[in-house]
Amino acid sequence: MSAPPHTPQPGSGWTVHAKRVLVAWIVLSAVATPLVWFLLGPALPPGKGSVQAAGQVFDNTVLVAFVTPIISLLVVFFVYVLTQFRADPSAELVDGPPMRNDSTVQTTWVAVTSVAVLFLAGFGTYELLKDGAGGGQGPAPIAKVSGRNLQVQVIAQQWEFTYRYPSYGGLETSQLVLPADTTVELHVTSLDATHSFWALQLGVKADANPGEDNIAYVQTKGARSFDIHCAELCGLWHGYMYDTGHVVPASQFTAWIKQQQQVFASVAKYMPRYSTIYYPDPQRRGG
Amino acid sequence: MRGTTWKLLGVAVCVAAAGVLIGFYVSALTQENGSPSYSVPVQTSNGHPVVHLTIETVAAVGPKLSPGSPDFVSYLIMEKGQWKRDTVWRVPANATVHVTIYQFDGDSGLRNPYLARPEGIDGNVEMVDGKPLDAIDPADASHTFAVPAYHLIVPLPGVADNAKNQCGYAPCAMSNAHHTITFTFHTGAKGHYRWQCFVPCAAGWLYGFGGPMQTIGYMDGFLNVV
Repeated sequence: MSAPPHTPQPGSGWTVHAKRVLVAWIVLSAVATPLVWFLLGPALPPGKGSVQAAGQVFDNTVLVAFVTPIISLLVVFFVYVLTQFRADPSAELVDGPPMRNDSTVQTTWVAVTSVAVLFLAGFGTYELLKDGAGGGQGPAPIAKVSGRNLQVQVIAQQWEFTYRYPSYGGLETSQLVLPADTTVELHVTSLDATHSFWALQLGVKADANPGEDNIAYVQTKGARSFDIHCAELCGLWHGYMYDTGHVVPASQFTAWIKQQQQVFASVAKYMPRYSTIYYPDPQRRGG
Repeated sequence: MRGTTWKLLGVAVCVAAAGVLIGFYVSALTQENGSPSYSVPVQTSNGHPVVHLTIETVAAVGPKLSPGSPDFVSYLIMEKGQWKRDTVWRVPANATVHVTIYQFDGDSGLRNPYLARPEGIDGNVEMVDGKPLDAIDPADASHTFAVPAYHLIVPLPGVADNAKNQCGYAPCAMSNAHHTITFTFHTGAKGHYRWQCFVPCAAGWLYGFGGPMQTIGYMDGFLNVV
């Protein structure tokens, strides 16, 4: 069957179009990808306040840099098509050329996208298992982090976080202070509703569930302050459940602990023995 | 004018109308949540602003102050000799705040005993019926007055279960069984700071944390520091 009149046919013109798109794509990718890697990447959240946060910045940079050529191809393709294949509104409406199977294109597409997805899955898994990436891993973490280890319990309640230091006699405080250059094992739990402990600049985010011990690791670096937020809608004052934590030099941390132990003494006798989870009483007025 | 133009115009008018209605709704919500803040009278001492907050806590706010929820537990504040259910208070920045709380409610107990220790107030000591305390028994706590942004918390002991002449509905008389708690704290920079009770004191609600604990205007509010 012969093609209808006025129907454009694939031929040498299509090769020209493909070459133009290819060249434009390579040029745009060659410019955009280094910009992403060297300029955008270092500015990505959450910053480099801890080893885990720096790892997240690296992961985000790799992912954005990886996707940049793909986005570049889409942008070039759309711009080229929109500018080169605009129909003349006054021209007669006709069918486009018939679409036919091209096994080379299909095979290439499946192979390239499979490799891309498998690479990202492998990369993400490796990064996650390396140090937990600052996320809550439940009561039996797979990605444990060795090193000088300090255990700190994060206790969420409506609507404040408090913190216990089991290696300092179960001391509880209303502020989170951590020593610099230390591996901190955070045990996150809740006394009432579901909350989520999010230490933004440290790259830590772990759900706080009642009756659950959710463990997350963070390796602090130099002294700095960091923002703490609840990241799970937990009731009326969820939006106000935030605070500022501090990473301080080891000597300053020791002095702070001593000071806190003195002010904690008055209530120490009422405190329950340290536990990874609590089922607090009373609920005398609860329904 | 062509039909398409009319359609576009209609859509634009509808979107604008919806925007105005949403604006009114948000505005009304803001008014409701913020409620008119009570400007606490300011005195000066050596040029330093000083305010006195006189508050009471009651087991049931009563139909006069809360017709819709007379059984809600609540804070009340003394305004010009009258007890009012206002929980948004306007106080000066960098001021000394002397607080007197008349506590008429029974105990509920704290879920976290750590909060039974006064913190963020002068000397970290509260006066309970004239007696200085640096902690109360967590099981005896009826309420707390807490401003988390200031790391301020003051536990309030409850009236004994067998106390005589307990207050039913607010406003309570000074002849009703109560504790008097006094303490002093200092405001800092200007800002909008929430205060709340940490005791699960909402009778009949899940974990004692529903109803008045999830509704602005009873057991929580704002310190508008200006």
